[in-house]
Amino acid sequence: MNFRTYKRISDRSFNIFGFLITISGLLILGIFLFQIAQKGLGRVSWQFLTSLPSRFPEKAGIFTALMGTVWIMFLTALIAIPVGIMAAIYLEEYAKQNRWGRILEINISNLAGVPSIIYGILGLEVFSRTMGLGNSLLTGSLTLSLLILPIIIVSTREALRAVPVSLREGSYALGATKWQTIYRLILPSALGNILTGVILALSRAVGEAAPLIVAGALVYVPFAPSSPMDNYSVLPIQIFNWVSRPQLAFETNAAAGIIILLIFTFLMNGIAIFYRNRMQKKFKW
Amino acid sequence: MAGLKKQEKVIEGILKGSAWFTILITIGIIWVLLYETIIFFRHVSLIEFFTATEWTPLFTIKKYGILPLLTATFLTSFIAIAVAMPLGLTIAIYLSEYANPTFRRIVKPVLELLASIPTVVYGFFALTTVTPFLQNFIPGMAGFNALSPGIVMGIMIMPLITSLSEDALYAIPGSMRFASYALGASRFQTTFRVLLPAASSGIGVSVILAISRAIGETMIVAIAAGQQPRLTLNPLVPVETITTYIVQVSMGDVPQNSPEFRSIFAAGMVLFLFTFGINNLGLYLKRKFYQKYEL
Repeated sequence: MNFRTYKRISDRSFNIFGFLITISGLLILGIFLFQIAQKGLGRVSWQFLTSLPSRFPEKAGIFTALMGTVWIMFLTALIAIPVGIMAAIYLEEYAKQNRWGRILEINISNLAGVPSIIYGILGLEVFSRTMGLGNSLLTGSLTLSLLILPIIIVSTREALRAVPVSLREGSYALGATKWQTIYRLILPSALGNILTGVILALSRAVGEAAPLIVAGALVYVPFAPSSPMDNYSVLPIQIFNWVSRPQLAFETNAAAGIIILLIFTFLMNGIAIFYRNRMQKKFKW
Repeated sequence: MAGLKKQEKVIEGILKGSAWFTILITIGIIWVLLYETIIFFRHVSLIEFFTATEWTPLFTIKKYGILPLLTATFLTSFIAIAVAMPLGLTIAIYLSEYANPTFRRIVKPVLELLASIPTVVYGFFALTTVTPFLQNFIPGMAGFNALSPGIVMGIMIMPLITSLSEDALYAIPGSMRFASYALGASRFQTTFRVLLPAASSGIGVSVILAISRAIGETMIVAIAAGQQPRLTLNPLVPVETITTYIVQVSMGDVPQNSPEFRSIFAAGMVLFLFTFGINNLGLYLKRKFYQKYEL
């Protein structure tokens, strides 16, 4: 075998090998979704969506957990989005590149790498025990807000950075102040990308179970929460609870719960991608 | 005009406050962990914590040796990396150097979907699909074990390695690629002899960050690895990771302010220190890598 053939064969074989590995990655995702659909699709029904939890698997539903997830998503968005966007504006538009600026940057990168369960421990101690908020929705959403804050800050900064300098300079040339420029020009033109990041961060929050379990979400709540101070459960915790039970019927329930949860996350990811694409079409710099 | 100037100052102050709030989170985490851990170590000796081989805070005879939780954490993470690194890297190389652009444009978002799936869902998959499947080939395998969640965790973190490694390959200046082709090298030679060595530290970063993610991962192991602290490196028997232990205590009814309740803070401290160290190593290498190519 001469050198040239070796070169061709090594090239071809990696091409095929890489293709097969990539396809198998997609295949795993496929098997995965198929398995869940096969196990749980038959169980998804109006009754399943609107029933309270029960120790009889056929009667049990996800109503309380579903409402808990909606509440948590709403409250977390209310807390994390304004704080995250404001922090990102400061870091991107105001902060100087000195030592304090660097400390802020390194700190945020570090926070993004802290395991989610550690945020649960923080929430348990600070919100639940010290501030006396107990096992409430508020404790849970404050905890998740801290968890997704670094994600929102990083993606919002990227969105702001993508706005061209010429736009800013044009605004300053017209005599606008810094805040006027940011509020009337930069924020509206970065809005699509900011929304994309925010929605992806919220979709992460919706799927989290570990920090909420530690911060006091309950496995069993008899009624759907009706105020931020109420006890609650969320979809991932309800699923965890059903998976942990030995009876096969609960496994079916878990699969059905997963279908509902995946509809949430895939829908949010889809909306995020839609926004990104639309904004890319709208603004061409 | 003066009013406008004042308004600008006030707004800047509010924005600055939100940015500095993030420092408060870090201080909060360290303070909470430190405070409770110090109280914990008034009841349990440091020597017992790091050298004892049994972890039984929830039994009548309580022993606080973190080693079984640590070995389980490293065992599951090691399996995850052993799965994620070869697969993730191969896909990164294939997508960035070999695949045609249309294929890449379709495949990338689908693979990223893997990263957006909640971890309880992966746990379900490990327990109800992967474990029974593996039991067909490994007869002695227990229903709860380290192998199955380890593999599934590997699938979960694979997209992280793929996307960060792809970024690293992308960051290599085109001139290096062209120079290699100009010397008559094939695509394979260029990829493995020029690009991979040049991107190696960037790829290293992707693996380091993946390790930290695997160590902190909770729900997959809580569902599929079991809740039996056991000092072993056998991937076929039930074990308990640090994260699973924290979940287990949180779900039970341990009296607050007891040593067994405080043990979750001590365990959390160990987890935090490990991930903090690994993350900073990763971030440091990343800065150096991107400085090298002046990006």
